[in-house]
Amino acid sequence: MKEWTQWDGFKGRLWKYGVDVRDFIQENYTPYEGDESFLSDPTEATNKLWGELQKLQKAEREKNGVLDMETEVVSSLTAYGPGYINEELKELEKVVGIQTDKPLKRAFMPYGGINLAVKACETYGYKPNEKMVEIFTKYHKTHNQGVFDIYTPEMKKARHNKIITGLPDTYGRGRIVGDYRRIALYGIDELIECKKADFIEGERHGMKGTDFRLREEIADQIKALKEMKEMAAIYGFDISEPAQNAREAVQWLYFGYLAAIKTQNGAAMSVGRISTFLDIYIKRDMEKGILTEDEAQELIDHMVMKFRMVKFARHTAYNELFSGDPVWATLEVGGLGQDGRSMVTKNDFRFLHTLENMGPSPEPNLTVLYSERLPETFKKYAAYISVETSSIQYENDDVMRPVWGDDYSICCCVSATQTGKEIQFFGARANLAKCLLYAINGGVDEKTKEQVAPAYRPITGEYLDYDELMERYDVMLEWLSKLYVDTLNMIHYMHDKYYYESAEMALIDTNVRRTFATGIAGFSHVVDSLCAVKYGKVKVIRDEQGIAVDYIPEGEFPRYGNDDDKADDIAVWLLKTFMSKLKKCHTYRDSEPTTSILTITSNVVYGKATGSLPDGRKAGEPLAPGANPSYGAEQSGLLASLNSLTKLPYEEALDGISNTQTINPGALGHTEEERINKLTTIMDGYFSQGAHHLNVNVFGVEKLKDAMENPQKEEYANFTIRVSGYAVKFIDLTKEQQLDVIARTCHNTL
Amino acid sequence: MAKGYVHSLESFGSVDGPGVRYVIFTAGCPMRCQFCHNPDTWDIQGGTPYEAKELIQKALRYRSYWGKEGGITVSGGEPLIQIDFLIELFTLAKEEGIHTTLDTSGNPFTRQNPFFMKFQRLLEVTDLILLDIKQINEEKHIELTRQKNSNILDMAQYLSEIRQPVWIRHVLVPGLTDNDRDLKALNSFIQTLKNVEKVEVLPYHNLGEYKWKELGLDYPLKGVEPPEKDRVDNANRILHTGKVD
Repeated sequence: MKEWTQWDGFKGRLWKYGVDVRDFIQENYTPYEGDESFLSDPTEATNKLWGELQKLQKAEREKNGVLDMETEVVSSLTAYGPGYINEELKELEKVVGIQTDKPLKRAFMPYGGINLAVKACETYGYKPNEKMVEIFTKYHKTHNQGVFDIYTPEMKKARHNKIITGLPDTYGRGRIVGDYRRIALYGIDELIECKKADFIEGERHGMKGTDFRLREEIADQIKALKEMKEMAAIYGFDISEPAQNAREAVQWLYFGYLAAIKTQNGAAMSVGRISTFLDIYIKRDMEKGILTEDEAQELIDHMVMKFRMVKFARHTAYNELFSGDPVWATLEVGGLGQDGRSMVTKNDFRFLHTLENMGPSPEPNLTVLYSERLPETFKKYAAYISVETSSIQYENDDVMRPVWGDDYSICCCVSATQTGKEIQFFGARANLAKCLLYAINGGVDEKTKEQVAPAYRPITGEYLDYDELMERYDVMLEWLSKLYVDTLNMIHYMHDKYYYESAEMALIDTNVRRTFATGIAGFSHVVDSLCAVKYGKVKVIRDEQGIAVDYIPEGEFPRYGNDDDKADDIAVWLLKTFMSKLKKCHTYRDSEPTTSILTITSNVVYGKATGSLPDGRKAGEPLAPGANPSYGAEQSGLLASLNSLTKLPYEEALDGISNTQTINPGALGHTEEERINKLTTIMDGYFSQGAHHLNVNVFGVEKLKDAMENPQKEEYANFTIRVSGYAVKFIDLTKEQQLDVIARTCHNTL
Repeated sequence: MAKGYVHSLESFGSVDGPGVRYVIFTAGCPMRCQFCHNPDTWDIQGGTPYEAKELIQKALRYRSYWGKEGGITVSGGEPLIQIDFLIELFTLAKEEGIHTTLDTSGNPFTRQNPFFMKFQRLLEVTDLILLDIKQINEEKHIELTRQKNSNILDMAQYLSEIRQPVWIRHVLVPGLTDNDRDLKALNSFIQTLKNVEKVEVLPYHNLGEYKWKELGLDYPLKGVEPPEKDRVDNANRILHTGKVD
C-alpha cells in the first residue's frame, strides 16, 4: 500500500492498493442537502477571461465559424509550446492548457483520414502543408484508408445509399472517456507502474495475434502517459505525483482531458463524472483554510471555460450530421450512490452555476443524473437553470445505476459507460425507416433505384397488407442488422489499428469491457407507418418502373406519442426485434451489442435521403429526432407524449433513448417558482416511470423565429437550446436545422 | 349513470389549480362573456359524451406527474350545468385519492333545491374551487356576460360561510374590467370572505379571437389589446395578490 503526503486527510484503504477512484469517492465525499445560497459570483479574473473568450467567439462567428486552423504541424501531446486565452492575462488563468498554441485554433489531425483533414482545412480556405499531406498519403496509412481498403461492395453501396449512415469511418469514433481523475489522485508515475505490471502479467507461453495487439497497446499507453508529463511540463507543472490541493487536482485532471483532445478528434470527447471527485479536494482545502468559496467557484469556472474552448476541424458533410460545432464535452452532476446516499455535493451546484456566472453555453454538455430521491434543493436548482438557460439535460440515474453502477460517465450525448472500466465502439445509425421501404421495394432504393439489399420479392398490391409487410420487413431487418454489424466490425478494427486512443486508454483499466453501440434512425416513422397499415389503409403510388415512391394513408390510425398502447406496443416491438437481431451477430473484440434511439441533428440529413413513408411523411422531410414522436403526431399534449416514451424499455436500448421537448414558459406557470416546481414534478413523473432521457427547453417559438431572423442581436450570441442529445447555440445551426427545430411541437397550453 | 359532455381534455394543465393537473373542459355555458377565449365550449351539444369512470381512467395515466399538489380540474364551459355528472366524477376521484378542483363562473348557483342539495353533495368531494368574478358591478356584469352576478357573489358568500377553500380569479380586460373603482370594490368584497387562499389576476389575451370567426360570430373585443404590464401590476396591487410588492 502506497502512502503519499498528498493524501493526508483522505479516508479509506482499497483505493490505495490499486487504481480505484470509485472507492476513493465513496470513502471521502460529503453529500450536500442545502440550497444554492452559498454560491459565489464570478471573480474579476473570471469576468476578464470570459470577456476575452467571448470576443474570440465573436471573431470566430464572423469568420464563418472557424477562427484559425493549423496547416503546418500534426497535433500531438507535445507539438506546441504553451498557449493561453490571452498571453497578457495568463497570470489570471487558474487552469491552463489549450489544444494548440492559440485559443480556438483548430489542430491538424490526419490519423482518422488525411483526405478529410485536408477537406476540413479547405472548407474554411486553409491549405495544409503539402509535405504533411504526402506523408499521410504515401508513407503512413490512416484509419479512413484502412476501412475503405477492406469494405465489401455491398457495404459501400449500403453506405452510399445511406441505409447505414453517419458511420465513424470518416472521422474519429470518440465516445471513449479516460478516467482523467486518476492523474489527480495517483499521479502519472503510479499509473505507469500499473500499466507496466499489466504488461508483465499479460505474458504467456505461445503468445499469438491478440496478445501481441494488447502488448503493443499497453506500450502505446505507457508512451502516452510519459508524453502527458512532458505536456504538463511545457506549462510548468510536474504531474508525476498526486495532486496536493484542489487547484492541482483540477489542473492534473484537465491535463488528462487535454491529452485526449490533442490526440483524438472523436465525435464525442466527454469529460466524465468529475464533480463529486473534485469536491473532495475543494472541501479539504476549505477545511484547511487555504481555499475560499470564491476561489473554488473560480477554479470550476476556469475549468469550464476550457471545456467551452474545445474545437476540432470538421468538413461540411460532418457539420450536416452534427450541427453547431459540438464536441460533447459531457460532464455529469447529481446521481445516487449504490448505498442510497445522494452524490450531490456543493460542486454539483458550482458546475451548474457556471451557466449563471458565464451565461448559457452548449459545452460542456452538462447532464443531471436524475432521481426522484435527489435532494429537493438540488432538483429545484437544476430546474431553475433549465428554465433560465435551456442548457442542461436530464438522465435517469434510477435506470442506469442498476446497469452501470454509481461511477458511470456519459460518454457521448446520452450513453452511459463505467468510468475507467469500459469503452464503447460507436456505431452511428441504421435507418430503419428506409429499411421498411426496402422491404416494400424488394431491396431497391427508393431514391437512387439501385438494388442495394438482396432482391427479395417486392410488395405489389395497391394497398399495403400488414401481415405481408411485417413478413418482408423482418427479412429485411435481418439483412440490415447483419450488414450493419459487419461494417462496424471493420471500422473498429481499423480504428484500433491506425487511430488507437492511447492517451485515453492509458487512463482506463487494461482489462476493459467493451460495448458495441449501434443506433436506430427513423424510429417514430416506422411505428406510425406500421400503425397506418395495421389500423388504417395505405395506398401505394408507384413510378413507371413499379417502384413504390409515395403513399397515401387513409382513415384514422393511432400514432406513437399519444400514450396509446396500440402504437406504443409497436414501438416496443420494433426496438426489441432490432436488438434481438443485433445480438445474433459476432461483434468485434467480443464487445456487447447495445442500441440507441438517438439521432443528434442528423435526423435532417437522414430525412433528406429517405423517400416518402406510409405514415404520410413526404420524401426528403426530416425524420423525427431520436425517440421523439413524429412531427404533428403528438395530439394529446406533453404528458401523453412523455408517457409513450416511458414504455420503451431501457434495458433494450442501453445506449440511450433520447427525447427532446420544448415547453413554453407560460405553460409551466405564471411565476418562476411555479415553473420550477412544475418542471420538477414533471421530471419526477417521467423518470419514476422508467424513462431514460429528457432534453428540456423552456422558451416560445417566437423567440426561435426572432433569433433566426435576427442572429446579430446581442441577446442571441449565447442563446442555447437542447437538440437531440446535446446543446447548441441556435444561431450556429444551419438554416434547415433551424426550421426543423421550429417545426417541432412546442408544448404550449394555456 | 350520467354522461358528461366534454369539450376537450388536457393532460398538462399547469395554470388551473395547484401543481400539474389533468383538465377536463366540459361543454355548455350559459354565460356569453365578451372576452371568452373558448366560445366553442358554449354549446353543450358540441361536446363528446364520456362516462365518469372513463375519464378517471384517462386521468390516472398522468398521476405520476402530479406530485404532492396536482390532480384533476374540471373547467369549461360551465361545469356546474352538469352537476350530476360532476358529483359522480369527483366521488370516483376521491375514491382514488385524487385532488379535485372545480373551475366555475358560479352562474348556475342558487340556494334553491334541487340544485342547492346537489351542490352541497358536490362540495363534499371537491377540494378547491376556482371562482371567476368577472365584474363586481352588476350592470357592467350583465353588459359583459349577458348574465347577472348577484347569485355568483352569493355563491362566494356561501362558500365563505362553510369555509370551502377558493381561489378568486379575475380576468383583466382593458376598458371593461380594469378600472380602479371596480377593482377596489372587488377587493372590498373579497376582504369580507373568509375562505380565499389565493387571488389571481388573469390578463386578457386575444388568442381566442379566431374561434369566434370560425363559429361565424363577431368578436366583440376586436381591437382590444392585452393589458399593459403596469395595468396588470396595478390590479395585482389593488387585489393584494402578492404578485407585486
